[in-house]
Amino acid sequence: MSSEWPLWEVFIRGQHGLNHRHVGSLHAPDAEMAIKNARDVYTRRNEGVSIWVVKSVDIAASSPSDKGPLFEPSNSKVYRHPTFFSIPDEVGHM
Amino acid sequence: MYAQLVKSEGKKSAEEMSPEERAFQDRVDRGEKIEPKEWMPEGYRKTLIRQIGQHAHSEIVGQLPEGNWITRAPTLERKAILLAKVQDEAGHGLYLYCAAETLGISRDQLLDKLHDGSMKYSSIFNYPTLTWADIGAVGWLVDGAAIMNQVPLQKTSFGPYSRAMIRICKEESFHQRQGYDIMMKMAQGTPEQKAMAQDALNRFWSPALMMFGPSDKESVHSAQSMAWKIKIDTNDELRQKFVDQTVPQAEYLGLSIPDPNLKWNEEKKGYDFSEPDWTEFFEVIAGNGPCNRERLGARVKAWEDGAWFRDALVAHAEKDAARRAAARVAAE
Amino acid sequence: MAAAEIAVDRATLFEFLTRMGDNTLILGHRVSEWCGHAPVLEEDIALANTALDLIGQTHFWLGLAGEVEGKGRSADALAFLRDASGFRNALLVERPNGDFGQTLMRQFLFDAWHHVMLTALTGSSDPRVAEIAAKALKEVSYHLERSGDLIVRLGDGTAESHARMQRALDDMWSYVGELFIADETDRAIAGAGIAPDPASLRPQWEAIVGEVLHEATLKVPTTTYVHKGGRRGIHTEHLGYILADMQFLQRAYPGATW
Repeated sequence: MSSEWPLWEVFIRGQHGLNHRHVGSLHAPDAEMAIKNARDVYTRRNEGVSIWVVKSVDIAASSPSDKGPLFEPSNSKVYRHPTFFSIPDEVGHM
Repeated sequence: MYAQLVKSEGKKSAEEMSPEERAFQDRVDRGEKIEPKEWMPEGYRKTLIRQIGQHAHSEIVGQLPEGNWITRAPTLERKAILLAKVQDEAGHGLYLYCAAETLGISRDQLLDKLHDGSMKYSSIFNYPTLTWADIGAVGWLVDGAAIMNQVPLQKTSFGPYSRAMIRICKEESFHQRQGYDIMMKMAQGTPEQKAMAQDALNRFWSPALMMFGPSDKESVHSAQSMAWKIKIDTNDELRQKFVDQTVPQAEYLGLSIPDPNLKWNEEKKGYDFSEPDWTEFFEVIAGNGPCNRERLGARVKAWEDGAWFRDALVAHAEKDAARRAAARVAAE
Repeated sequence: MAAAEIAVDRATLFEFLTRMGDNTLILGHRVSEWCGHAPVLEEDIALANTALDLIGQTHFWLGLAGEVEGKGRSADALAFLRDASGFRNALLVERPNGDFGQTLMRQFLFDAWHHVMLTALTGSSDPRVAEIAAKALKEVSYHLERSGDLIVRLGDGTAESHARMQRALDDMWSYVGELFIADETDRAIAGAGIAPDPASLRPQWEAIVGEVLHEATLKVPTTTYVHKGGRRGIHTEHLGYILADMQFLQRAYPGATW
């Protein structure tokens, strides 16, 4: 028989309070075990304080062909990037 | 390397490529990462499955020769370090299987191919670890050779593979050092320990050189893989780099490299050395290495013996989900 | 000098500490035997974490034992150079791994004891003991959560897994009682407030184990027979083989550094 354990995507929030970040995937029979497995697999070096898991098949992703329309508009908003603004040296670090 | 003799397709010239293939090649040439759901040539996908799969298999079969000595490690600290290292290898196998899975093959399918012999793992793990010094030699030479290949692969064109390699390289940084540390203790130890260290180097030197695979200067497979940036350096380049790096390390240990032809070549600024015995290499790949049967046998046994466990957890998860669903209905 | 050493003699405290450290050493050894052979990669990695925790705890317990003994023996000397009769682990932890279900059942029954024991030890009158216990307790809480969860899943999984887990429970059951039987050492240690009387831990242990086994649809065995001896240095044949492996290098090359 042997039905394969589903694949889960693992997201971990590290020590420094940043957002959960995708770190990889693993197999587990259900969500609870996926969290346990994620602790054992992906926090072996104290990497995280909080774990999210989601079934890989449940992730809705932008389709690659949308790449242009979805992302190009933000490329044109260069003012969102700090280097857009030149600050006089006398002002110091900003 | 961990992925040896990976067959690819002959390299196509720009004229032979379809417009899609040309656009794809342009992206690779620009250094863009290719992500799983994006268009890719079928050959790229197939070659990557073979390569990543073989790499993953090598990690988990690679647990066995070192795992051999966990219960015999000579101190509590050595035991913990070795266990952590072998555990990392399981983790690296896991990351790599996940990377391969994004290409449309499941981990269980890959494992089936390992178990039925249709996919290979690195030749190096078919050699036995006979003494504690072998654990040092494996870390020093085998991990050292693997790192040579894995560091450049961090820049490979396939996103999931590249990300897995970045994580693996970060975690592996202590592996080679722990091996060399064992070798230092042995080489500076009692006469018996020193003899064990030399013996380990004698037995692992040539198999370590074979890890890079036969010369592929002329190989069409390699040319295509390099164009796709799933192979970064030629086998000979990596082998040369490995020898040049390792010889001074052996000298520091006071051990001699078992090769009468080893000599510094001022002109090429590198060492000349003997080719390993490629007949032996092909025998090992064909299944006739000293430990092929044990290694594959151990993996198959673990998988078969564990079937009831994996099935039971699926059954429980299904029951549990059904119970929760029933409880929700009852509550409404 | 700590107050505890005044209340009990060194030999008694040493005896207690080796009982703690030998349990973790031998169980850690057993669990590490799975490395590379577990039913699935995720489990291989998880088990290695458990083994690593246990080996780390051994370092603390046997390190302190050597210090208390005062004869210059390190944790390594105690682990690698004592004969089987010097080992004080309970027989339960030297039981062979068997199938994965037996390994997990042994782990769960031990984890439940370990957890209640360490919880009590965090209030030890000897601050060194309390400190080790506090550190170990964090790790063992997770061991118990994981092994308990797997017992439930496998007990209430397929017919085959249920049968295997019941068999494992039946096999291991008579090796548990030893953990709760007090001898003179235990009484002296309890009297000094260093550790609880082993028998006093039984109700809590039964509550934990009872709940999990119930949820796992497993039947608590009716046998009351107790195999014992390990905590006095009288072991099963298995320990000799464990030590033959574990101590090989230190015994074959005396005085070498590794």
